[in-house]
Amino acid sequence: MDFISILSIFVLACFVGYYVVWSVTPALHTPLMAVTNAISSVIVVGALVAAAAQGSPLAKWLGLGAVVLASVNVFGGFAVTARMLAMYRKKDKAAPKAGVKR
Amino acid sequence: MEAHVVNPWVAAAYLIAGICFILALRGLSSPATSRTGNRYGMIGMAIAVATTLVTHEIASLPEILVAIAIGGGIGFAIARRIPMTAMPQLVAAFHSLVGLAAVLVGIAAYYNPAAFGILEPGGLDILKGSRIEMGLGVAIGAVTFSGSVIAFAKLNGNMSGAPILLPARHVINLGALLAIVVLVSLFHWNTPTLFWAIVLLSFAIGFLLIIPIGGADMPVVVSMLNSYSGWAAAAMGFTLHNTAMIITGALVGSSGAILSYIMCKAMNRSFISVIAGGFGAEAGAGGAAAATDRPWKRGSAEDAAFLMKEAENVIIIPGYGMAVAQAQHIVREMADQLKAHGVGVKYAIHPVAGRMPGHMNVLLAEASVPYDEVFELEDINGEFAQCDVAFIIGANDVVNPAAKTDRSSPIYGMPVFDVEKAKTIFFIKRSMGGQGYAGVDNDVFYMDQTMMLLADAKKMVEDIVKALAD
Repeated sequence: MDFISILSIFVLACFVGYYVVWSVTPALHTPLMAVTNAISSVIVVGALVAAAAQGSPLAKWLGLGAVVLASVNVFGGFAVTARMLAMYRKKDKAAPKAGVKR
Repeated sequence: MEAHVVNPWVAAAYLIAGICFILALRGLSSPATSRTGNRYGMIGMAIAVATTLVTHEIASLPEILVAIAIGGGIGFAIARRIPMTAMPQLVAAFHSLVGLAAVLVGIAAYYNPAAFGILEPGGLDILKGSRIEMGLGVAIGAVTFSGSVIAFAKLNGNMSGAPILLPARHVINLGALLAIVVLVSLFHWNTPTLFWAIVLLSFAIGFLLIIPIGGADMPVVVSMLNSYSGWAAAAMGFTLHNTAMIITGALVGSSGAILSYIMCKAMNRSFISVIAGGFGAEAGAGGAAAATDRPWKRGSAEDAAFLMKEAENVIIIPGYGMAVAQAQHIVREMADQLKAHGVGVKYAIHPVAGRMPGHMNVLLAEASVPYDEVFELEDINGEFAQCDVAFIIGANDVVNPAAKTDRSSPIYGMPVFDVEKAKTIFFIKRSMGGQGYAGVDNDVFYMDQTMMLLADAKKMVEDIVKALAD
């Protein structure tokens, strides 16, 4: 891919991010930070490529190190977000049962 | 540029992952849809990882699986155990990991460019454009890492929350930033010295940027580092021509930027002045001396219980002090008792209450406060005029009327709650000495309708709950 198509993707994604994030309710700003943190660990993709490749043992071990760090974030980030979101309840739904309609 | 042959299936998979991440953020527009959103996020991540593993020749699968298991296990264990009050420092710690991972990936790409397909066609050198992007990505990653480590230490109490001011810090910081920009642009001469200079200087600047920033400005810092972790991922995405990383990085980057903007606006301070740091370091002394001279009324738990029981409606305003005292559960018990007496209870949350955006909302949610009883500043501020009791616990600057009237006040112009319009005000505070973060005196202490409840927040609310039960 040439630079300009990559740049286009980036700029458009910034705009999408801008509008989507403004629609997030302030009550959920902490989960927002936790989940953005989890998804920014998509850098694990780069780490996997480095760890998987042959040719440079140094790059491989750096890659593996990055895989560990990013995995902490991926699992930790999504799990802690889920834990937080599970606590947000509406009135009278303190103990929600299966089949309760939203 | 033709060195890159993109497999269309991979591109499609990354696109789907990107869409999943957008849906994950979109879900957060309401608590009801947020849980589904989070699941989309997980699906997106699984797609991105699986695609990468399937489409690359993996020379070391066992090691990679072990690495994922170790990291995942640690992450999962932390996420399960962490108390909700520690969320700000957890988020800071997680940001530092993203930053460090970006640096490691950058270094790996520098030493094994062939693996990432960023070699010049036929050559042994890394593409010029990729080198600049790589320098940028590594620099942002390193700043994110060291900045987040300092933010973590401050939030976690390993380091004093007070601003640490170096002499000539603005000169040092600007010089270092300039040096990084110059080094990155010089990086088209590919030398390892240049590369490592960028890495080390960026680690230093992240550290220098955050140490002068005080505790209550942390909401801005945490949001800013959130943004940086996104830009770091995006820059690495540019280097590696990876659309999943670019889309995600852009989303996270703009998310953090918007949160920083909201936080600055809620304090009526410019982003530059927050980053310049030092706020609240010098004030303190002057206001504290004046404080003792003015008459104020001391209330007791019994007074509070009696007056709130008789009230028609009560608005509770929590601040960071409630988090420190871990008083959120007992506050909810108090609210339950009041509701049993037919009192309407609402919570009012200032955008900068606590140490990160939405901090108070999470704590109240943890204490099983229904989210439809919790209101934002602009939604509830009109109600204080009809409110019988304003109950302030652990907040101070956000209820200070000086922000509206006193042009010389450091917090002038900050949007605040109109608590002075309430018939009665209860103000829980440890002692009359402390002045809140901005170091300014608060006229609310001395108003006729104000009763100061001087005690540890948790202890005081426990006493009120007991008094209500009698």
